[in-house]
Amino acid sequence: MAVCATAVVLVRDPLRQAMVASIYGLVLGVLFFVFEAPDVALSQTAVGAVALPLMILLALAKVRGGEE
Amino acid sequence: MSDRVRLSVFGVSLAGLMGLLLWALTGLPDFGHYAGPYGYILNRIAVPERSTTDVVTAVNFDYRGFDTLAEEFILFAAVVGVASILRKLRRERTRAPDDDAAGRHVPETSLTVRVAGLGLVAPTILVGLYIVAHGQLTPGGGFQGGVILATALLLIYLSADYMTMRAVGPVALIELAEGLGGAAFVVIGLSGLVAGGAFFQNWLGKGTVGDLLSAGTIPLSNAAVGLAVTGGFVFMLSEFLQQTLTRRQVRRRRGRSA
Amino acid sequence: MSFLPYAVAVWVMGVGLYGIVTSRDLLHLVICLSVMQSASYLLLLSIGYVDHAQAPIYADVPLGTRAVDPVVQALTLTDVVVGTTVTALLLALAVQAHKRYGTLDPRELRPGRERADG
Repeated sequence: MAVCATAVVLVRDPLRQAMVASIYGLVLGVLFFVFEAPDVALSQTAVGAVALPLMILLALAKVRGGEE
Repeated sequence: MSDRVRLSVFGVSLAGLMGLLLWALTGLPDFGHYAGPYGYILNRIAVPERSTTDVVTAVNFDYRGFDTLAEEFILFAAVVGVASILRKLRRERTRAPDDDAAGRHVPETSLTVRVAGLGLVAPTILVGLYIVAHGQLTPGGGFQGGVILATALLLIYLSADYMTMRAVGPVALIELAEGLGGAAFVVIGLSGLVAGGAFFQNWLGKGTVGDLLSAGTIPLSNAAVGLAVTGGFVFMLSEFLQQTLTRRQVRRRRGRSA
Repeated sequence: MSFLPYAVAVWVMGVGLYGIVTSRDLLHLVICLSVMQSASYLLLLSIGYVDHAQAPIYADVPLGTRAVDPVVQALTLTDVVVGTTVTALLLALAVQAHKRYGTLDPRELRPGRERADG
């Protein structure tokens, strides 16, 4: 868990960071499940593994794809 | 101040902050020995009192429904914020989605992705609706189900293209869903007042434990929150998507200094 | 051993803060902020954990089984969804900043550096 969090921060490039953040979200979801918190695990997995990386990728597409 | 000085100041203060935090946390009861009374009380009385089997949802929509109202409005405000920040600026022009720079070939989504994505849309919608409806019985509820439903709409975007997603979920409908969900939640709370109790009082008849329509106003709140969350997420994501289509006209001014 | 979850939460928060301060890209900064938020979720859930207890759902277990505290779970649940919404707001701000300043480097974002046609 701590290793994963450190990895998310140390990866500098936002594109790669989006992928690592998605994995971190999944790991966090599993951890919440182990903590006997199924509701939280559900929302964390849906949000952190899907919605968050998607938004980061969209923001990246806008910024990199930029002006023409 | 230069980078190095800033970094060393930060390092010192971070060490101080972490030290204080760790010291504060040693005052907590050990991990696993939860001390507070509310958890135990709630676990004992929630099921017979509200006839739900999911205590967390009962806390969210019944015991602490007021907090959920506040969270709803944070959601709403954030969506409004995204919409107003990403509005069309003066010198921007939304190009038609298939109109790329000259000569650029837009790769079509591969067949595997299309089939897998479109095949998963219906099960995802079903799972999302199931989780929203069964919020008071099993883990789930409005928030989780709402995010899953939003994912279903995005699957359409991923496996088809932007125009298909626009056709399936037009902007007006999504905005309506979001506003309606938020308003419905407030109305449910107010109806508690009207029915002669407190704000957010659970006044509908409580069915038998384990039934789909048990627990009074909780299923209604679940549906309202699910609607609001779905609308909010899809709206935000489509705002971002629309941004990738907005092309900016760079006006070259003469004599512009670097 | 029983202090480990708290220590991990503190470490994650510290690491996130370090990432924010030394960030050179606004998007990276926003992701580090969401990492810091997840530290608070960890802390909340660790407080509510009860040894050898099960989840607070009574669908198929008899009433009276020991269960984990549901209050903190309710807090964390709404927190997760709303936190993502706020992160989306920050991402929108970052996109807009890029439009105006042409760069995503936090050190370059100073008033007066706006693009002439921003």
